[in-house]
Order: sequence, then C-alpha cells, then structure tokens
Amino acid sequence: MPALGADMEAGTLVEWLKRPGERIARGDPVAVVETQKGAIEIESFQPGVLAEIRVDVGRRVPVGEVLALIRGEDEAAAPARAAARPMAPPALPGVRISPAARRLAEAEGIDVAALHPGADGNIGLAEVEAARAARPFAPAPTARTPAERGLDLVAMRQAIAAAMARSQREIPHYFVGSTLELSTLLAWLEHVNAARPPAARLLYLVPLLKAMARALAAVPELNGHFVDGRFVRAEAVHIGVAVALRGGGLIAPAIHGVDRLDLDALMAKLDDLVLRVRGGRLRGSELADPTITVSNLGERTADALLPVIYPPQVAIVGCGQIAPRPWAVDGALAVRPAMTITVAGDHRVSDGRSAARFLARVGELLQAPEAL
Amino acid sequence: MSATRRITYREAVREALREALLRDPRVFLMGEDVGRYGGAYACSSGLLAEFGEERIRDTPLSESAFVGAGIGAAIGGMRPIVEVMTINFSLLALDQIVNNAATLRHMSGGQIAVPVVIRMATGAGRQLAAQHSHSLECWYAHVPGIRAVAPATIADARGMLWTALQEPNPVVIFEHATLYSDEGEVPAGGEFAVDIDRAAIRRAGADLSLITYGGSLKKALAAAETLAGERIDCEVIDLRTLRPLDEETLLASVRRTHRALIVDEGWRSGSLAGEIAARIAEQAFFDLDAPVRRVCSAEVPIPYPRHLEEAATPQVDTIVAAARGLMRR
Repeated sequence: MPALGADMEAGTLVEWLKRPGERIARGDPVAVVETQKGAIEIESFQPGVLAEIRVDVGRRVPVGEVLALIRGEDEAAAPARAAARPMAPPALPGVRISPAARRLAEAEGIDVAALHPGADGNIGLAEVEAARAARPFAPAPTARTPAERGLDLVAMRQAIAAAMARSQREIPHYFVGSTLELSTLLAWLEHVNAARPPAARLLYLVPLLKAMARALAAVPELNGHFVDGRFVRAEAVHIGVAVALRGGGLIAPAIHGVDRLDLDALMAKLDDLVLRVRGGRLRGSELADPTITVSNLGERTADALLPVIYPPQVAIVGCGQIAPRPWAVDGALAVRPAMTITVAGDHRVSDGRSAARFLARVGELLQAPEAL
Repeated sequence: MSATRRITYREAVREALREALLRDPRVFLMGEDVGRYGGAYACSSGLLAEFGEERIRDTPLSESAFVGAGIGAAIGGMRPIVEVMTINFSLLALDQIVNNAATLRHMSGGQIAVPVVIRMATGAGRQLAAQHSHSLECWYAHVPGIRAVAPATIADARGMLWTALQEPNPVVIFEHATLYSDEGEVPAGGEFAVDIDRAAIRRAGADLSLITYGGSLKKALAAAETLAGERIDCEVIDLRTLRPLDEETLLASVRRTHRALIVDEGWRSGSLAGEIAARIAEQAFFDLDAPVRRVCSAEVPIPYPRHLEEAATPQVDTIVAAARGLMRR
C-alpha cells in the first residue's frame, strides 16, 4: 500500500484490476484503493506476472503493507498454494501474527491488517488487546462496495482542510508575481492549431507548463519537498495540476517528467488526467509525488491568485486568466493579451529572488514557443 | 499447615530410605558403596549399622548384575531399592531395565509385577566431567512400563520414595547431584508421602510458563525472581514426574500465559523439552502468543572446567535472556 499523500495512513482496497497469473507491464494499474482523496489506481513499478493477491477487496490496509506479489520475468513460479483460506485473514508477509493474537482478533472482529506490529515486527496479543481497548464502542464501519466508490467530497474537504491548515501553520509563504504579455504565444498556438483537428489542438496551458518545467532547471530550489526539517531537491519535474471538481473541491495530481515531454505528449497527458480526475480515478503515483503545483484559474475567471503551497512541496504557481490589457509597446499604449502569474514560495527553502528569476525565465521561454 | 523443619536433600533421601526400611520388611537397599562407604553422595550413611548387611548390601561394580538382581528380587516379592551411582553408569543396566523391568508385566499379561525402585544421581554442576555429568532422564522417560520421577525439592526427595515403593511397576528416581546439600522444608512429622503423578506449580505467574524439572528448578525460580524485577511474571512448573507427563497442568498453564519456555539440562536434540514443546504445539497451538522456546544443554559432552561446564548447561542468565526474548523485549 503506497502512501498516496503525505498524510495517508491507510487505504481500503476496493478493486483488483489484475488477476493472479496476469501479465503486468511497468506502470499498469493493478488495483484501486479508496482514500480520502477518492479512488486511486495503484500502478506497478515492476513488470512481471501477478503471482499472489494478499489483500481481499473491502479491507482497510495500512501504508507499507504488501498488497500482492509480482513475480519478475526471470523468477521461477512459486509452488501452487491452496486457493481458499476462508476462515483466517490472510497472512501478511513480513508481519507475523501469533496464533493467540489471530484467534482473539477473529473473536473480537479486529482487522489484524490494520494493526501496527510490535517492536519485533510481529503482531501478538498485546497489539490486539491494545486495539480492542482503543476501539470506540460504535460498530466498525463497513467497507464500501465498489459501486459506491468515487470521490467522497466530505473526506476530500477534510483532506484539503488538513493540508492547507498545515501549510499555513508551518510554511512561511512569500509571494512574487509578474504579468506576462502572451501575444507571441497565442499567435503561435493559433497557427499550430489551425492545421489540426479539434481533438489534437493544444491548450495554452500546455506550453505554459512546459515553460515552467524548463524554467525550474534554473531554480531547483522551487522544485522538491521539505521533509524532516530540510529541503530535498527533486531531480525530475512532476507538476501537480490543480483540477477543480464539479461537485466542489479540487485535486492536483502530477504529470510526470514534464520537462522531458514534447507538447503533444503533454497535451495527451493533460487530457487523460482531467478525464480521470472527473471520473474519480487516479493513479497512486500521480497523487503522491508532485514536486511543484500549478493552479490555473482558466478563462473568464479572475486576474490573479495568491496560492497556498501543498506540503511537503515548497512552491506553487498561480495563473490568472488571460485577458486583454493595456500594454506599453515602444513608448505607446497598446492592447495585448496578458496573464498574471504568482509564485508562492517556502521561505525556509528559498527567497523571493528565486521566484523572480523563475518568472523571468518563463517569460523568456514563452517568447519562443516553437522552441518548447 | 502443620509445622515444618529444615533439612538437606541428602538428609531427606536418608530419612526416606530409613522410613521405608522401618515400615516394610520387604524393603532393602543395594548398590555400589551404599553400605560401608555410606553411598557416593552419603545418602545411606549410618544405615548399614542400623539395618545390617542383609538389608544394606554393597554390590560389585556391575550395574547390569545388581540392577538385574534387584529386578529379580522385585519379581520374587521383595521391594528393592537399587542405587546406581550416576545416570551415566546406569547405561550398563539399560538392558535389564528396558528389556526386563519395563516389559515383564505386559509380556506376562499382568501376572508378573516388577515393583523395583531404582535411584540414580544425574546431571552436571560438580566438575565430574563427561562420564559422570550427563542428563539422560529422557531415555527412561521414553520407555513405556517405567515411571520416571525427578524430585527437585526437599519435600519431594523425602516423600516420593514411599509412594514409588507402592507402585507395582518399576520406578526410576532421578536425584540431581547438585541438590544433595540444598536445604528445604519438610513436614515436622506425620505423613511425608507425596503423589508421583502431578506436576507442581512452584510459582504462579501470568506472563510466561517456565517448565522445568530436577536440578534446573532452582535456576528457573531464580530466573523468575530476576524477571519479576522486570515486570515479567513467570509461572514456574516443576514436572516432578517425567513419565507419564502431567499434560493437564502444563497445558492449562500455557493456555493462561500464552508463552512457554522449557528448561531442560538434557541435550536439545531428542530431549524431554522437545517432547513437551511438541505437545504444546499439538494441543495449545492456538493459545500461543509466541513460539515455544527451550533452554537446553549445549550439544557437547559435558566439559570438566567450571566455566565450560557452566557455559554448556542452562544457567539463570540464559533462562532470563530466553524469557525476555519470549516477551519480545
């Protein structure tokens, strides 16, 4: 069970997308897990064959627990196991449960999978008894069926509340903004899109994201995480793209390696991502590892926003709408499309100068969109 | 409870022998040096003077012959007590004990009883080297037709002999050689006889069942005392009877504590500790909160030098360490 966010402790397995014996390619979604942020698809980091499923549908599983075993291409098949173990909960690899603990847990209806093992890595009577003592007197909530799956807006609002409150509590924000004139970009886009069918057209967000991803190479202090009291720089650029949801709330899953995608590939990723966000189905890695977030208000909205950093990231970029503005050109006033971009930075990690350099570089790159 | 008095294990054995000789004219004692020398461990000193050569008989150094003679006397209606100097030497009499004493009642369809009592010293701890220091109790406990008992306390040393003499089948009594000078309480008077069927809980506890017998009991009790200071509450069980095992007491204890540590001076492979562990696994598996553990002797002939002898046999600190491990500390 991967951590699908900094605050996640457990998730409920709601669906297996692969069956034992099925072939898995790296990046294939293998299972669907429900978290506070909705139903997330978990992808495999490894190619191979799904050898064994260790967690049944409906079970809540702590982060770090093994969900399934994947046999590598060059590994020999394990001897066949007895298929059905109807009474006892399945054994958890690595974590051993004493017979007495297992029996007590069964009698008390305690899910051993959700218990934290003792210092020796095993679950004994002490752990089950502690769980029994800590249990509220209400009946345990039953796992939701896959049909009820989807985004739980109440839980999502709680997750946003927790993350944003933590951000405001812990992160000393600074804000630096610039208004960028975008006539060159828009002219280029119009030219490119004119030759394309509607489905293949690029949104302005695509070159914007690419320019930001490339600009980050000059200001690595904006790209990474603040963990255990220090900044950990990210090598790759995974931009979390904030997507508003129809029912309210928002989510910012990552597009991976934006700096290395060409614009068409980036457009395809963006389309796919928005579609899946609205369908309530994301992949774990998309939620877990953005290295910076971009919040784009979009057309006909507002001119500027001062965004709040999503911890443990250290920067967020807020883009206002593109609107015609009075603009000084060669000493005379003209009307030009422009966008106000604001960077919020974590002052523990960087200073306003970093954000200013970033904005200047984005502006430069957008003057030559064909080179993106 | 009535008044008690304090005597040594050796005195308890001597009193028990004397009582048996006084109460039953069919009882006699024989073995190497039991008469003029008073016994290798001085358990029979003074008895030759009191009871004479007919009933206190020194024998040649031939375990097979004098144990066989004892078995014959038992078949003939006597109640012999045969002393073998150490369990190592008793191997010379194993043929008589296993092939004759243990079988004749069964082979005769119950017509022949063999009410012999065979006493022997066992165990390490006195720097007597490998040929005098082994713990082979489980070899006897393996054999149907024999009752094997191990008095670990002064009261049991005093009380088990008479009960053993009432048994129609052969009884082997194992006296750990480190116990003879230990002191303990026995009843001031009256009836001394104790059962030879049941294990005894020597210390009640809730966290862990420390199962042992014979010379290891005092080490287990000392370990329990140390562990109590670490808030590990040990129940200490003295097996007392090694065959037949009192499963009921053992399993009830393990079902309460959920953890079992067996301390056995025998070698681990093929040990009584292994038998007990197997029975716990067979019958109390679902009550266990931790794997059964054993503290046994190292698989070497018991060494002569003191530090090596100690290193080879269960000690208080090794028991304490194993108990901590069981408690996941």
